[in-house]
Amino acid sequence: MTEFLQQLLNGLSLGAIYALIALGYTMVYGVLRFINFAHSDVFMVGAFIGYYLGKVIPENTVWGGIVILAGAMIGCALLGMLIERLVYRPLRGSPTLNVLITAIGVSLLLEYTGQLVFGAAPRTFPAIFPSTNFHVGELTLSSNQLFVIGVAVVLMVVLQFIVFRTKIGTAMRAVSLNPNAAQLVGVNINVVIAFTFALGSALAGAGGILYALNYPSIDPLMGVMPGLKAFVAAILGGIGNIPGAALGGLLLGTVETFIGGSQWSTYKDAIAFAILIIILLFRPAGLLGKFTVEKV
Amino acid sequence: MSDCPRIFALGQWLRSVLVVAPSIALATTAFPAEPIKIGAYGSLTGKEATWGQSYERGVRLGLEDVNAAGGVLGRPLQILFEDNQSKPGESATAVRKLLSRDKVVAVLGEVSSGRSLEAAAICQQAKVPMISSGSAPKLTQVGTYIFRAHFIDPFQGTVMAQFARTKLNARRVALLTEATNAYSVGLAKFFAAEFTSGGGTIIVEQKYSSAERDFKAQLTAIKATRADALFVPGYYTEAGLIVAQARQLGLEVPILGGDGWSAPELLRLGGPALRNTYYCDNFSTESKLPETQRFISHFRARYAGFPDGVAADAYDTVLMLADAITRAGGPDPQKIRDALATTRNLAGVGGPLTINEQRDQLKPAYILGFKDGDYHLNEIIRP
Repeated sequence: MTEFLQQLLNGLSLGAIYALIALGYTMVYGVLRFINFAHSDVFMVGAFIGYYLGKVIPENTVWGGIVILAGAMIGCALLGMLIERLVYRPLRGSPTLNVLITAIGVSLLLEYTGQLVFGAAPRTFPAIFPSTNFHVGELTLSSNQLFVIGVAVVLMVVLQFIVFRTKIGTAMRAVSLNPNAAQLVGVNINVVIAFTFALGSALAGAGGILYALNYPSIDPLMGVMPGLKAFVAAILGGIGNIPGAALGGLLLGTVETFIGGSQWSTYKDAIAFAILIIILLFRPAGLLGKFTVEKV
Repeated sequence: MSDCPRIFALGQWLRSVLVVAPSIALATTAFPAEPIKIGAYGSLTGKEATWGQSYERGVRLGLEDVNAAGGVLGRPLQILFEDNQSKPGESATAVRKLLSRDKVVAVLGEVSSGRSLEAAAICQQAKVPMISSGSAPKLTQVGTYIFRAHFIDPFQGTVMAQFARTKLNARRVALLTEATNAYSVGLAKFFAAEFTSGGGTIIVEQKYSSAERDFKAQLTAIKATRADALFVPGYYTEAGLIVAQARQLGLEVPILGGDGWSAPELLRLGGPALRNTYYCDNFSTESKLPETQRFISHFRARYAGFPDGVAADAYDTVLMLADAITRAGGPDPQKIRDALATTRNLAGVGGPLTINEQRDQLKPAYILGFKDGDYHLNEIIRP
């Protein structure tokens, strides 16, 4: 029983990070109907911003950690807006495939620029937050794990609030529903799309810091695997659906952890992806996605 | 274009006749002697960059010391170092270039057994001796031109299993191995064989794959088995994270590793979580041997900081090669090979260097334990 609860906690803290990255994929898809593959590399840049800020801000302090987290989120938001402005905006209205290929190009550009600028060798991420372990019976809770889950939940609630309770959120949903009609009623699509990228990239930045906090070895290709998993999580939950991305991330993290602790640990990615295929066979739009028939 | 190498080779031959022949006699005069070209490759960048960089420092220091003492047979050694970016496939390319374009007489490298194996096949085919620092037994089985400056996995597996049983009183040990790494799987096998033959039990074997960052699932399962100790025969990048996550989960049993742990990066990754961990290396800065202390003072004068086991191995490699070229009487790959095969009790930085019939190294193993923020020498085991 203790082992089960411990694995559940491990899985949830891994899943919370997947969920944060998945939210970025899903938001951009919801508004623009394309997969921003560069998102996982924005996640990597977030971790590196944290690494360099960690050199000037004292380690092991709560305020310092919050400053670093905020710094990475702001830095990534700016990077996301820059990518949108320079790369995706000129392509708006062109076929989806062109945008998709460009997204892969941006992703590779970020990864290999990262290798050039930061170097290919892994760096050790500083312990930016003070950490302790709590014991509940035989269960061990580390403050980092709880912090990851806590920050993820807070950010998701804030996101839900922005999308459903604010003016810009309403505009985002309007653009998502019908960009042309939104423009006709006076919504400035450029601002809304830039905001969507900023928001998604800020979450990726936070994800990068939280990931590096738990697994303190960072390198320019660190985003590839978590990015792929988060993408799967977004599809699993129903792409374009915000609670779906969160659910997908948590589910994937938990399944992966339970298989990782069993005797089939080397097959964990295979089993996790097999589950994805099975779910998509029965629910093609994902767990919470609505299946819509395309009108011809 | 195709004639260029031939003209170059002819030029080199002429120069060696005209310049080198007199220079042997006049080694101490102002005439610059033709250097002997040695090739080396390693992971200067990429995932295991720490090893490659340390290896390069050791090789260069060895070279400088040999050249400062008058070189080999009156000729200086020259090193051509290639980077394989820690990637599979790149070592073969690097070594082909060293052999065909630079015409090196011997090849040095590298720390990883897997990447050394790629290069070994090429050196064997070209009949140019290669000295590796890998520990996988099959490395020297590639052929008669492949030598080793490091102890082998069966030896360190045995040493660590005996240490776990006799010094740590462990009876039930868990293994956590990297399923996609031949070194890790091999070392786990040799450890398990010795440990079970001594009456111990391997209670569980969990696996992970390269570049994985989350080991909590496997560690939670290991904790539930109530093992007395955990053996992690992996590389330092993963080992550091594994130890940190094990302590986070409250798994406080001793954790043991092999020479793959040997890197200063481990201390940064693991930090205080490294308490109660031990690993096996080929070198310790705390050894009282005069060779060790002389090497350390040279190293510290040349670079900032202390040398690690990889740098010590690299330095030994250069010593072995310089000794072999001297005894061979010239830079002929065939004769260097024969001389390397008869290396006996050469004074290496971590103890005597001896090559056995399998062209493997009989070096002592140093067991290091973590205490007060760093690893300290626990005991020295001779083969």
